[in-house]
Amino acid sequence: MQVKHLALAASLFAASLAAQAQTEIQWWHSMTAVNNEWVNDLAKQFNESQKDYKIVPTFKGSYDESMTAAIAAFRSGNAPHVLQVFEVGTATMMASKGATVPVAKVMKDAGADFNPAGYIPAVAAYYTAPDGQMLSMPFNSSTTVFYINKDAFKKAGLDAEKPPATWPEVFDAAKKLKASGHSCPMTLAWMGWTQLESFSAWHNVEFATEKNGLSPNGYKARLKINSPLHVKHIDNLAQAAKNGEFVYKGRGSAAQASFTSGECAMIQTSSGFYGDVAKNAKFAYAIAPLPYYPDVKGAPQNTVIGGASLWVMAGKKAEEYTGVAKFFEFLSQTKVQAASHQRTGYLPITMAAYELTDKSGFYQKHPGTDVAVNQMVRKVTDNSRGIRLGNYVQIRAIEDEEMEQVWAGKKTAKEALDAMVSRGNELLARFEKSYKK
Amino acid sequence: MEKRVLFRSAWLPWALIAPQLLIIIVFFFWPAWQAVLQSFQVEDAFGMSTEWVGLQNFQQLLDDPSYLNSFKRTALFSILVAGSGIALALVLAIFADRIVRFAMVYKTLLIVPYAVAPVIAGVLWVFLFSPSIGVITYYLGELGYGWNHMMNDNQAMALIVIASVWKQISYNFLFFLAGLQSIPKALIEAASIDGAGAWRRFWNIQLPLLSPTTFFLLVINIVYAFFDTFGIIDAATQGGPGQSTSILVYKVYQDGFKALDLGGSAAQSVILMLIVVALTVVQFRYVEKKVQY
Repeated sequence: MQVKHLALAASLFAASLAAQAQTEIQWWHSMTAVNNEWVNDLAKQFNESQKDYKIVPTFKGSYDESMTAAIAAFRSGNAPHVLQVFEVGTATMMASKGATVPVAKVMKDAGADFNPAGYIPAVAAYYTAPDGQMLSMPFNSSTTVFYINKDAFKKAGLDAEKPPATWPEVFDAAKKLKASGHSCPMTLAWMGWTQLESFSAWHNVEFATEKNGLSPNGYKARLKINSPLHVKHIDNLAQAAKNGEFVYKGRGSAAQASFTSGECAMIQTSSGFYGDVAKNAKFAYAIAPLPYYPDVKGAPQNTVIGGASLWVMAGKKAEEYTGVAKFFEFLSQTKVQAASHQRTGYLPITMAAYELTDKSGFYQKHPGTDVAVNQMVRKVTDNSRGIRLGNYVQIRAIEDEEMEQVWAGKKTAKEALDAMVSRGNELLARFEKSYKK
Repeated sequence: MEKRVLFRSAWLPWALIAPQLLIIIVFFFWPAWQAVLQSFQVEDAFGMSTEWVGLQNFQQLLDDPSYLNSFKRTALFSILVAGSGIALALVLAIFADRIVRFAMVYKTLLIVPYAVAPVIAGVLWVFLFSPSIGVITYYLGELGYGWNHMMNDNQAMALIVIASVWKQISYNFLFFLAGLQSIPKALIEAASIDGAGAWRRFWNIQLPLLSPTTFFLLVINIVYAFFDTFGIIDAATQGGPGQSTSILVYKVYQDGFKALDLGGSAAQSVILMLIVVALTVVQFRYVEKKVQY
């Protein structure tokens, strides 16, 4: 017995020594379900690939929760090394100079292999400061795509191989699905992102002034989402809602479950939803580009980026930053990127990863998985580069509130969009005030 | 001669209350003071730059009609939560008090919800009432009543009231049960001998004797509805549809913890604090007069 205990103690001691020799890198993220497994696998692969550093991924709640947690931790001096921040938080992170270390600097200091030019332009541009320095590491960038339930389409007598390409065709398909007895022909997730932000970029119309907040004077931006096209679109959706052809299923990603369950036949949501659909949908599905209004000049353009990037927090030891750089180097490897893209439906972040996936025949085998990429790699315009506005979490909440009143028939599309602009602009003015220095 | 306890030592009484004072200072006065300070500032999320803006945060709130509407909603919500929570718990306590067999089982079951976190309570009720997959929604549909709290204001309000009441009912139940059991049996027996029925005994003996408990619970429940329900609302409705379930505390949580607008959120919590102080004063000045200890 004595010997056994001693041996146990000795092995525990040895294990703790080995653990101490490694530099631990804390990584806070917000990935759930199948995407959580993906994140854990990435960390495992990296940890097994070398001995000096250990990435410790920790799920810290939804995007806004993990950001709040990290900010609280930063204020008390315990911030993680790496934080996954959603695109809505980008303006806040960028404005908080001193709280983060630009990723370009981390890579340069560590002498790591890093080439910002290898990234897909729309992705790289979004996370790059006006002076050309890349501030955060693109990680899980997504964009809005259109999923349809092919079985339901067949049942309604629609051509399942040809998903509706324009909004008039979508509304028409919804009518036929409804007539065939479908209780939920269409639903939409992330309403503000899909129906206002992506919609604006896709139709090449302005979402906000100052190049949607991306210009060097981005903090002065004001909303422009009450244009006639926006009003017309929300009005059309309101009509469809009234007829039961579009069914509102709640804020954020809440609507997604009703697509995988087969209840709703069409949904517009993140391309990052692919992993979930591929695993859980018990019907044939297709991924299609977002619909557009054919009478709008310049449509379709490209969609805006969503998802998240990895920010490096300030105030850590040099050796830890080297570990972060090594990890980022690992993440940007073409084969890691390509595998992630194929597994999750998030965008391939580098051109090389896209080409590798293309060459491997993945897109042929899984039709529709290239839609997100094709929507993003077009030439970007000032209206389609992305949206980077301050106080944007609150503005998204306002978008939700106002649109819900349209679906409930309490406000007209025009009233709701006007209210969004005036309420949102107050928040933008506040942001301008707090960051103008 | 008047009987008084006198402390001759100058420091002993202070030393004795010091631990309590310390806790109140650290966990109440200091955060409250911070909130007051922050309410006069506009600050970025990480605290890198802070600007003194005076009353501007308050000005902005009072100019916002949607914020002003939230007062009415909060009043309705807290009256519903406190009112129905107290009434239901009282009924349950009376029944539990009469039960002789398996009393422990019933009591335990009634106390369980208190151990559930607010967010879990919200999620649980959302599942039951979910427009697509909810069990209750399904049976309501069978009865010809369409339920969709994502579109209907009143249903959304009903949902968060149900979830909040369910969560708080155990607490109320415990106090009422303890109150009922501390009423001397002799009083009830005497009334029975005089020919008083169950209702009469309740109305004329038990209820008046429970009035201190009821008053205490009223204060506690109002505070609960004002401050402790944001988790339920966030899980159940996120303040929607529109703003129909966005009560004052939810907006504090949303703006402060999710949107990181610390100045605006602090200003709201200061206003909330003033309201609750005022409400508590009113309760103790006017309602308490009707209470017999």
